[in-house]
Amino acid sequence: MTQDSGTVDGAAIQTWMRRFAEAVDEHRAELVALDTAIGDGDHGTNMDRGMRKAITQMDALADGGIAATLKAVGMALISSVGGAAGPLYGTVFLQMANSAGDAGELDTAGWADAVAAALSGVQARGKAEPGDKTMVDALAPAAEALRAAQAEGLGIVEATQRAADAAQAGMEATIPMEARRGRASYLGPRSVGHQDPGATSTHLLLRSAAEAFAGS
Amino acid sequence: MKKLINAPDAVVREALEGMEMAYGDRLRVSYDPAYIVRRDAPVAGKVGIVSGGGSGHEPMHGGFVGPGMLDAACPGEVFTSPTPDQMSEATKAVNGGAGVLHIVKNYTGDVMNFDMAADLGRGEGIEVQAVVTNDDVAVQDSLYTAGRRGVGITVIAEKICGAAAEERRSLDEVADLCRRVNGAGRSMGMALTPCITPSSGQPSFELGDDEMEIGIGIHGEPGRYREPLAPAAQVVERLASAIVEDLPYSSGDRVLAFVNGMGGTPLIELFIVYRELYKYLQERGITIERRLIGNYITSLEMAGCSITLLKLDDEMIRLWDAPVNTPALRWGT
Repeated sequence: MTQDSGTVDGAAIQTWMRRFAEAVDEHRAELVALDTAIGDGDHGTNMDRGMRKAITQMDALADGGIAATLKAVGMALISSVGGAAGPLYGTVFLQMANSAGDAGELDTAGWADAVAAALSGVQARGKAEPGDKTMVDALAPAAEALRAAQAEGLGIVEATQRAADAAQAGMEATIPMEARRGRASYLGPRSVGHQDPGATSTHLLLRSAAEAFAGS
Repeated sequence: MKKLINAPDAVVREALEGMEMAYGDRLRVSYDPAYIVRRDAPVAGKVGIVSGGGSGHEPMHGGFVGPGMLDAACPGEVFTSPTPDQMSEATKAVNGGAGVLHIVKNYTGDVMNFDMAADLGRGEGIEVQAVVTNDDVAVQDSLYTAGRRGVGITVIAEKICGAAAEERRSLDEVADLCRRVNGAGRSMGMALTPCITPSSGQPSFELGDDEMEIGIGIHGEPGRYREPLAPAAQVVERLASAIVEDLPYSSGDRVLAFVNGMGGTPLIELFIVYRELYKYLQERGITIERRLIGNYITSLEMAGCSITLLKLDDEMIRLWDAPVNTPALRWGT
């Protein structure tokens, strides 16, 4: 792994994807419960189905590079998840793939660029702003934390640790919010007091990156 | 959970197989990607109409595929939008050279996936237009929400637009008509019980024996207001007044009245709802010209109903009366 070099390669990205798939599987019931409270109860099931397919597609790749891996995962999610999560998480990975281009390794700057591209892609497709009680509330702080870590000259392991912590804080901050996008917005004030399931799965995405990149 | 299924993750596929066995003379079913299409598709020179959405709302949408209504329907997982590859393959399958209309219920996931599918279809050189239905008055419509949900008017729009497409009207005309129907329609629903998705096995919300949810969605999402259970007359007054005041509908209007069951309410109760609605509208000088009563846009086994009103004009009446031959709606053939 890559603790010393401060960069990640295609193999590390694949480890991240496997760790994320495991995390979604482990937290499936929790995601379903959160989504049942303010949505339609399918988030954990859909993401679990999608990530299983994504790992199958990833394993069939001849090219295990960063962009090829992320693109395969994104396409698998778009064609298997449905709901809002399919296009949104598909966009996350496709935008990261575009941002990575043909780079064989990502340093903190390249990784921060990729997460920033994912954030703008998600906002363009879902029209959500920070504070709307969506996955953006976890993804935006993570992107900011990576930029700050980049400015401080941190390596990718520590930078991603901070991004995961920022995503966690952003996820927890969705609890008192009133939803303004997605199905939870139909509840209006009744959405207050519940943690957003999309922000929760986005925290898992960043947390699994921190774990994978640290080689844990 | 007590359901007549074999396995939770096989529900959508096995139901599609059953539909194909039952209606294979009229429908073809593709399984990967999943869509249901008219057996004679594509119909040359006719606008193709494609709809779709999560499963669990049967007969919507697959039960409305056939002459006079939809050319294809894309079923997602239960309560989950279908994916762009399903929609784009269905679009290709029904393109008879006159373009394809997507009728999309306003839910975040449905809109995003159909958007991607429309881009894919246009990339194949097919003229695609999409109309988003959003008739549910229970939801505030503002820039700060996902907007009103598409519910009952979707069924009516699919029937009326299907008839217009059979008359070989252009894509622009059929899309305009769809927007006009959506604009003149309003709905609201209520629930007496939650529903249970096969994958979760748990009720979608908790509701006491003496409570009801007003302003319910069709995906097991809770409603806007939880209230003590009331007699049918009061429930209908609650739903109908929210609808009538919203458009508004006024004395002298002619309407199509659609009393829809959510899946777990018997027809005998729906006729009581219709009785109350009839009296409510009659007192206000609003004439029911056409009516539809039954389970057409359901939410699994949820008990409850929704009411939809469409302000009619002569053209809409003529197209509503035109022949239709689908598994769930059939007349004039």
